[in-house]
Amino acid sequence: MPDTLIVDLITRNESQLLIEWLKTIANAKATREDLIKPEDLRAQCADVLRRLVQGLASGSQNITDAAYVELRDVLDSVSRSRAQQGFSPGETATFVFSLKEPIFHTLRRELDKRPEVLANETWNATLLIDKMALHTMESFQRSREEVIRRQQDAMLELSTPVVKLWDGILALPLIGTLDSARTQIVMESLLQRVVTDGTDVVILDITGVPTVDTLVAQHLLKTVTAARLMGTDCIISGIRPQIAQTIVHLGVDLSAVITKSSLADAFKIALARRDLMVVKRKSAAAAAATTPTQSAH
Amino acid sequence: MDRIPILRMGSFLIVTIQVDMHDRLALALQDDLTSKIAQTEAKGVLIDISALEIVDSFIGRMLANISGMARILDAQTVVTGMQPAVAITLVELGLSLPGIRTALNVERGMELLRTSLASAGEPDAEDDDAAFEA
Repeated sequence: MPDTLIVDLITRNESQLLIEWLKTIANAKATREDLIKPEDLRAQCADVLRRLVQGLASGSQNITDAAYVELRDVLDSVSRSRAQQGFSPGETATFVFSLKEPIFHTLRRELDKRPEVLANETWNATLLIDKMALHTMESFQRSREEVIRRQQDAMLELSTPVVKLWDGILALPLIGTLDSARTQIVMESLLQRVVTDGTDVVILDITGVPTVDTLVAQHLLKTVTAARLMGTDCIISGIRPQIAQTIVHLGVDLSAVITKSSLADAFKIALARRDLMVVKRKSAAAAAATTPTQSAH
Repeated sequence: MDRIPILRMGSFLIVTIQVDMHDRLALALQDDLTSKIAQTEAKGVLIDISALEIVDSFIGRMLANISGMARILDAQTVVTGMQPAVAITLVELGLSLPGIRTALNVERGMELLRTSLASAGEPDAEDDDAAFEA
């Protein structure tokens, strides 16, 4: 019975295998002692071996079977922690593949009198370890993607602040490329603030938008139109010379929107809309004597 | 049959839409409003849609139509209190309602109507204002 043979072999040589495995990992220069402590690595290896033996004891060599659930869990947690610690995919794969050599060594040592059985067992072991590595890599990839997705979400949240500049004046500094998903979020958060704050004027500042193409311009116009439908004026500011050139070259019509080159200019317009103005402190005293400088609504 | 009430306030007509607009109701409102404008010689129409949660292209077009009709009958239209979701939907539907003036709430809508009538040199508006505040 070949199955019991390999179980027997691995069980008997568990500690020997562990030592050799660690050595192979070290030889492959995949220990990364800067990221993981040697004793942790040793514990991980021992854990994987022990679960492997448990799984093999069931008689099956298919690691998707129920008997291997613990092995899979251990591999999952190992690859997840490696993805977070910053191991490269190659180093993670090497961790599992390094088990091949010690197992082959053991097989050769024990079965050198029976070449046919040896070949058979070697092939079985190869299959098994390949599947283990595949499983590890899949969950490694999954955890990496999870990290990326989380960062994307965080970026989306960070990149759409709605800033209150004055009573009834909101500013929306846009940073980074505008795509449909972001425009949607920007629009929703802006319009919600417009309702809660009772805003008169919104300034869309696109200083941080690297390029404006027809799609981005369309998204901007959509936001402006939606704000207008709610009864709020929109000013687009922070238009750099290159962007002004591209907008005209693309034939985008921004004539329906007030555009200003700097946020300060836009703010001045917004203040004028609210019948407010900024004056120097010294002249303010003099001006206050004759006319009120600020007539707030 | 349900009808949306039209209130008269000075030379303005006020319509608040508080129920889900279905097509028949919208058409009835169009009829009522135009005849009321003609009858009362109103100078301004304020449509408050702050309670309107759902719009479709038909309702959007109807708002544009009403304002167009009112303009022909020499009355200005202001739509007030549009919800963010409604605004986004209309924009996504491609209805930017270019002829319609908007305001954030009824108070500002009335202000907008008054100032625009005053600047258009309508003596009525000023008188009305004074009478209203008196």
